[in-house]
Amino acid sequence: MWSLLQIELYKIAKKPRTYIAFASIAVIVFIFHGAFKADGASYLDMMLQNTGDTFSIDRNKVINGNFMCYIILNTLLVQVPILVALVAGDSISGEANMGTLRLLLTKPISRNRIIGVKFIASIIYTIGLLLFMAVLALFLSRFIFGVEDQLVFRVHGDASEILQITKDDITWRYVCAFGYATIALTVIAALALLLSVFAENSIGPIIATVCIVIICTIISNMNVPIIDKTIKPFLFTSYLVGWKGFFYIATDEFNVPIKGSMENWPAVRNSLFILFAHIGIFFGAAAFFFRRKDILS
Amino acid sequence: MKSMLEVRDLSKIFGAFEAVKNLSFTVNEGDIYGFLGQNGAGKSTTIRMLLKLIKPTSGEIYFSGKKIEIGDNTILRETGAIIERPDLYKYLSAYDNLQLFAKMSGVTVTRTLIMNQLEMVGLADRYNSKAKTFSQGMKQRLGIAIALVHQPKLIILDEPTNGLDPQGIADMRNLILRLSKEMGKTVIVSSHLLSEIELIANRMIIINKGKKIVEGNVAELLDPANTLVEINTTNNEEALAKLQNTQWASSIANTKKGLRLQMNRKDVPQLVSTLASMQVNILSVEPRHSLEDYFLSLTNNDTHVEPFTN
Repeated sequence: MWSLLQIELYKIAKKPRTYIAFASIAVIVFIFHGAFKADGASYLDMMLQNTGDTFSIDRNKVINGNFMCYIILNTLLVQVPILVALVAGDSISGEANMGTLRLLLTKPISRNRIIGVKFIASIIYTIGLLLFMAVLALFLSRFIFGVEDQLVFRVHGDASEILQITKDDITWRYVCAFGYATIALTVIAALALLLSVFAENSIGPIIATVCIVIICTIISNMNVPIIDKTIKPFLFTSYLVGWKGFFYIATDEFNVPIKGSMENWPAVRNSLFILFAHIGIFFGAAAFFFRRKDILS
Repeated sequence: MKSMLEVRDLSKIFGAFEAVKNLSFTVNEGDIYGFLGQNGAGKSTTIRMLLKLIKPTSGEIYFSGKKIEIGDNTILRETGAIIERPDLYKYLSAYDNLQLFAKMSGVTVTRTLIMNQLEMVGLADRYNSKAKTFSQGMKQRLGIAIALVHQPKLIILDEPTNGLDPQGIADMRNLILRLSKEMGKTVIVSSHLLSEIELIANRMIIINKGKKIVEGNVAELLDPANTLVEINTTNNEEALAKLQNTQWASSIANTKKGLRLQMNRKDVPQLVSTLASMQVNILSVEPRHSLEDYFLSLTNNDTHVEPFTN
């Protein structure tokens, strides 16, 4: 199994398209760094416009490495599913397109192992992508902008609020957020892998994955009561941004943040459960159909 | 002779289309077994069923006397194959491709092993070149190296000469003969060209529309005592008249393609001498064994384009 996984990772590492995702992340993070270094105060003014009259803050301290990472994650984690689909959507269909799938399947390895290894390799790629993002978005941001307490802007319907997390209470939240993002993106990898089983070129499953994510995201953001009750709770896209739950700090009766706390851990736990269920369903279906697939390519 | 592969009543149906119909055949140890049929006859589907790429609708496959069940990879452990094109990882070198598939076959990979395999197929000096830079013939040879790297007993080559130039075809033919004669491998070679099978195989099967037409020893099927000879002269009518009083008279006919004689192949020089002594000007003499006509007549159907005649 380990040998097979090494082979799969080697193949991923040798493909030029693998590095498109890393390059895209680097470009976006550097643009953020440059923009905030040049004019971060304007962005902050915009965010504070509802509370600025009653809330006095030191703008130089607010724009720090932790804050930057939060802003970057808010933007990037919406786009990363596309980057994950680039590799996971190619895993079976890319082999079919090249004609190597039939060669691969004439080796004495069960199809379950092959698809299992491809899925694990996609997860490792996803983890690699998030680690790279963590290095740039968190550690490089901290290096450039320094480390201070973090403000989290939160919108509740028409009202908005600002939460403050002290700098000694922030690192574990990022570790958990990146861990959560890994699971959320693994759902995308499993979906792309499932679609990849049916296709004989990579473009189809990659585009189909992106389309499904877009459609489900739109449904997740619709505010129609019947959809809220019947569809939204079961859509994986409703939980892709669940990592923010780690930054919603609980407060005491005097509205003072409680260090090391989370406002709603059961909601995050429920989100994780739904995401794991989707991983199980998508990967299970992929394995089921792959085992029965006639290789005609 | 001990049977290595036995297929019993193998069938495959895709929707309403029956690609392979109750096909049965046996490949013995040491055979170079020709699998002959026109394009679309069901050769590739059958080979894919042997290699577990396609699930049979019905039928049984026995390898070394043991029935192959679902989930049993015995046949894959003991078989090396190239199916149609030898597609490789284009972005990897020849060395990397071979190493990767060797590991998948469960082989303990050493640099010596990989280089020896590349040497055998004449690619050692290009070990570091990416597969995408290879010609079709080189890819085919690398495919053979991949098929052989785990020392299989059985080699299956599906249309191995497709897309090759004449030199590539000759190289491939020699390689197949070496596999059998020097390395003792059993080889199944599929092709739509009888002439190709005739040169290398000792046993063969002809299939058409998914059904077996004939199976047997190539030597028996290509009996030289039953050769069809086509002769063209400057005046076929005159030549036919002159031959009426000879030993050839009973087996001669004048056709659109020329004079046709059913005769023993070894008597062809004597026929040519006879015609020369009768002052017949010979334009061509073409011995065609009966199997070729047999094959064409059996596999002929109305979907073919009529031959062009002036």
